[in-house]
Amino acid sequence: MSVDHDIQSKRLDAINILDNFSDIHPALTMKQALVASERCLFCYDAPCIQACPTQIDIPLFIKEINTGNAHGAAKEILSANILGGSCAKVCPTETLCEQVCVRNLKEQAPVNIALLQRYAIDHLDSSQAYPFTRDKNTGKHVAIVGAGPAGLACAHRLAQKGHRVTLYEAEKKSGGLNEYGIAQYKLLDNYAQEEINFVLKIGGITIQYETALGSDITLQELRNTHDAVFIAIGLNATNKLNISGEQFNGVEDAIDYISQLRQSTDMTDLPVGRRIIVIGAGMTAIDIAVQSKKLGAEDVSIVYRRNQESMGASDYEQELALKHEIHFIFNAQPYQILGNNKGVTHMQFKQTQYDTMGKLVATNDIIELPCDIIFKAIGQQFNIFPLANKDDPRPKLDKRGRIQVNSQFRTSLDDVYAGGDAIDGLDLVVEAVDHGNKAAAAIHQQLQD
Amino acid sequence: MAKLACEFIGIKSINPFWLASAPPTDKAYNVVRAFEAGWGGVVWKTLGEDPGAINVSSRYGVHYGQNRQVIGFNNIELITDRPLQTNLDEITQVKKDWPDRVIIVSLMVPCEEEPWKLILHRVEATGADGIELNFGCPHGMPERGMGAAVGQVPEYIEKVTRWCKQYSSLPVIVKLTPNITDIRAPAEAAIRGGADAVSLINTINSITSVDLDTMSPEPSVGGKSTHGGYCGPAVKPIALNMVSEIARHPASANIPISGIGGISNWRDAAEFISLGAMNVQVCTAAMLFGFKIIKEMCSGLSDWMDKKGYLNINDFCGAAIKNTNDWKYLNMNYKRVALINQDHCIQCGRCYAACEDTSHQSIAITEKAGAREYTIIEEECVGCNLCQITCPEPEAISMIDIDTGKPHLNWTHDPRNPLREKQ
Ligand SMILES: Cc1cc2nc3c(=O)[nH]c(=O)nc-3n(C[C@H](O)[C@H](O)[C@H](O)COP(=O)(O)OP(=O)(O)OC[C@H]3O[C@@H](n4cnc5c(N)ncnc54)[C@H](O)[C@@H]3O)c2cc1C
Ligand SMILES: Cc1cc2nc3c(=O)[nH]c(=O)nc-3n(C[C@H](O)[C@H](O)[C@H](O)COP(=O)(O)O)c2cc1C
Ligand code: SF4
Repeated sequence: MSVDHDIQSKRLDAINILDNFSDIHPALTMKQALVASERCLFCYDAPCIQACPTQIDIPLFIKEINTGNAHGAAKEILSANILGGSCAKVCPTETLCEQVCVRNLKEQAPVNIALLQRYAIDHLDSSQAYPFTRDKNTGKHVAIVGAGPAGLACAHRLAQKGHRVTLYEAEKKSGGLNEYGIAQYKLLDNYAQEEINFVLKIGGITIQYETALGSDITLQELRNTHDAVFIAIGLNATNKLNISGEQFNGVEDAIDYISQLRQSTDMTDLPVGRRIIVIGAGMTAIDIAVQSKKLGAEDVSIVYRRNQESMGASDYEQELALKHEIHFIFNAQPYQILGNNKGVTHMQFKQTQYDTMGKLVATNDIIELPCDIIFKAIGQQFNIFPLANKDDPRPKLDKRGRIQVNSQFRTSLDDVYAGGDAIDGLDLVVEAVDHGNKAAAAIHQQLQD
Repeated sequence: MAKLACEFIGIKSINPFWLASAPPTDKAYNVVRAFEAGWGGVVWKTLGEDPGAINVSSRYGVHYGQNRQVIGFNNIELITDRPLQTNLDEITQVKKDWPDRVIIVSLMVPCEEEPWKLILHRVEATGADGIELNFGCPHGMPERGMGAAVGQVPEYIEKVTRWCKQYSSLPVIVKLTPNITDIRAPAEAAIRGGADAVSLINTINSITSVDLDTMSPEPSVGGKSTHGGYCGPAVKPIALNMVSEIARHPASANIPISGIGGISNWRDAAEFISLGAMNVQVCTAAMLFGFKIIKEMCSGLSDWMDKKGYLNINDFCGAAIKNTNDWKYLNMNYKRVALINQDHCIQCGRCYAACEDTSHQSIAITEKAGAREYTIIEEECVGCNLCQITCPEPEAISMIDIDTGKPHLNWTHDPRNPLREKQ
């Protein structure tokens, strides 16, 4: 018998949950790492290095693992990407370094770069000296807004150069989406916080929590009191469906739910719908669908208005969803949400098709799916609001509505830089780190001039 | 179908594969298992005078490749540590039980006539097919004036070989140590002494590795070590060369050779035979994989012989000797160049790095539709083979003969040679 609006906690017991949310890719053993590292060809001008936004010297660190120097490999990685640990776990390597590995050509299998990177980081010898040093204090002070991947990377580079850094963070914890957004099965336990502790060991960085730009401080104040400002506040608004019924109970933002999941101390307490619809086609859609299944949802469908080829999620991610018995429904455009006083009961879609010009058009065929929860995973937006008060100078935005920067990551304001998801790009952790690194170099240059 | 059965200095063997004198042939138990597996013969672990040798604990060292494949292997063991009579009794029994299999008895006693005389009589009584003189063990025994110490002095080799021929009717194989500059000198000495054959190589002086924590070389005997005898795949090239040196040297060209050193599969065996060995002996490969590898060796060799149309071992024995020459006789006018097959190239750029950094800058990179293409600059290529060697793809680089239209010209006649022979 089907119960309308069936949302319950404790669909699975704690042991099952723990099992479901264990590491999606278990770490390599030493033997496995040796075998995997032996496959690296130490290519000339290696394509994987070029495919990595932070240009980690992948063949070099793999050779170091192969010669029994995993500690050295970890130092090599971290010197290019201070968040190399989380990148090893969250990067969609199937579309980055591993995609271009030359081993794909004749063997259809790349070197397992992600797991080797993780092996190296796990074997950083903590009894050794901290691998980075801080130059003599320059007396300069840089404000960084947002302690996500972009902000942290920038802070670490600036601290090495001897500048003082204050991170202004709206939330109670730092880490950005590494703390609040990444799928739980990719970044387990307290990994984000442990990594941040490692970043902060460099010294010279302070974090001011629960201090939001726009409400607690203004950009003008920061500019007045610091030598430069780096804005790395990520995306702060989600897209809406704009259809009738969106106000019903049970229509939720995927990101809010993931954040709740990541912060919960006991995942069995989370309310979980029996039948779930996910609207979207990107990484977030896959993440929420897989996690719902892992929490015990019975039936999860990802519904996308275009065809499969247009999906943002990589083949690897789509396969992951299929492995979790998630259904894909293509060519179905949200039409309306039906519900009662308890909450959502059904969602209706219009079948779509491509016309002769290749344009997507909705037909009048209606598909109706019963559901208890609808997760919206249709993208995030940058919201201009916190950037500046009405009369203060504010950085210009680009066509996509994100902060406009030049190749030096400098905004239209001379002393204000920006990076990460707040500017146009791939919206990946590794790219946020790259932006932070490059902005730090530009800021350092400017502070010296 | 090709016949593997063959004859070596009058001794018939069901195949050309014998186990070399070493732990695999230490006692009846092992030897019987080896015969059951299909080995044609064994050279029994070297016998000496009683009391038997005393070995230390911790005996073998290793030289690993990156994936733990054993490239080379060494040992600091001595000759047999069992009583002489026990060994002789076992040899007698096994030979009786396995009449179609070869048992050669390896011997090492002090370099004096009497001990040789005594032991030779007792060995002959076992019914063994022949003896092998161990002049090669590079550790331990030389310190007592035996083994390599004898093998490095041609007069001793000649003297001991002569005693053996004098006091025994059995065929005598002299096993040569590679720890010497010119392998032809001990081979000639063995011939002068009347040897029926030589076998080579024994192990090479070596230290396989040093433990960087304890600063002890391996194998570590309580934190200290000594040099050991190196064998396994790494020594094959050295052994092949030494075999060929003897085979193409006029004074030793007629002596039958039993080839030893790093033979791990049928192909290695075929290479030794092509350079003049009439049969082969194997130790390390059996120690690493067990006796069953004989099956791969026999089937591989026989299938290859079938493909080539060789009916028996003699058909290709020594076939590569005529193509092994001194450098000065090579054709100075011959030219080959590398050719990269783009269908097999995976664009790793290893050939480029190798050629550009260390050789002749004869590889070009061009960007084509976002992908890289590596091509050979033929005018610059000297045909060194380095790119082909470093390339991970077996079919990506081939070396192509170039017809220069010039006649064969060796260095002795080359006008660029100031010391050339005037015609
Ligand atoms: C659900 C989800 C899953 C994802 N999965 C992956 C993945 O698997 N792999 C991957 O590479 N990428 C993934 N991403 C993308 C990735 O998380 C981001 O690209 C990356 O975190 C961007 O880093 P950032 O530093 O620019 O922004 P954020 O990580 O968003 O950090 C911004 C920080 O600024 C703070 N902040 C915001 N507004 C203010 C303000 N007004 N004042 C002060 N502080 C403020 C925030 O609290 C936060 O700490 C995912 C994203 C989402 C939403
Ligand atoms: C552990 C060990 C012990 C050996 N003992 C003897 C020996 O007693 N007498 C001998 O003539 N050769 C001895 N050898 C040398 C082998 O017979 C053989 O010549 C050498 O190992 C090279 O062959 P391979 O590369 O197939 O192992 C020994 C080798 C090893 C590994
Ligand atoms: S080494 Fe071989 S596979 Fe690599 S680029 Fe050269 S030809 Fe291609």
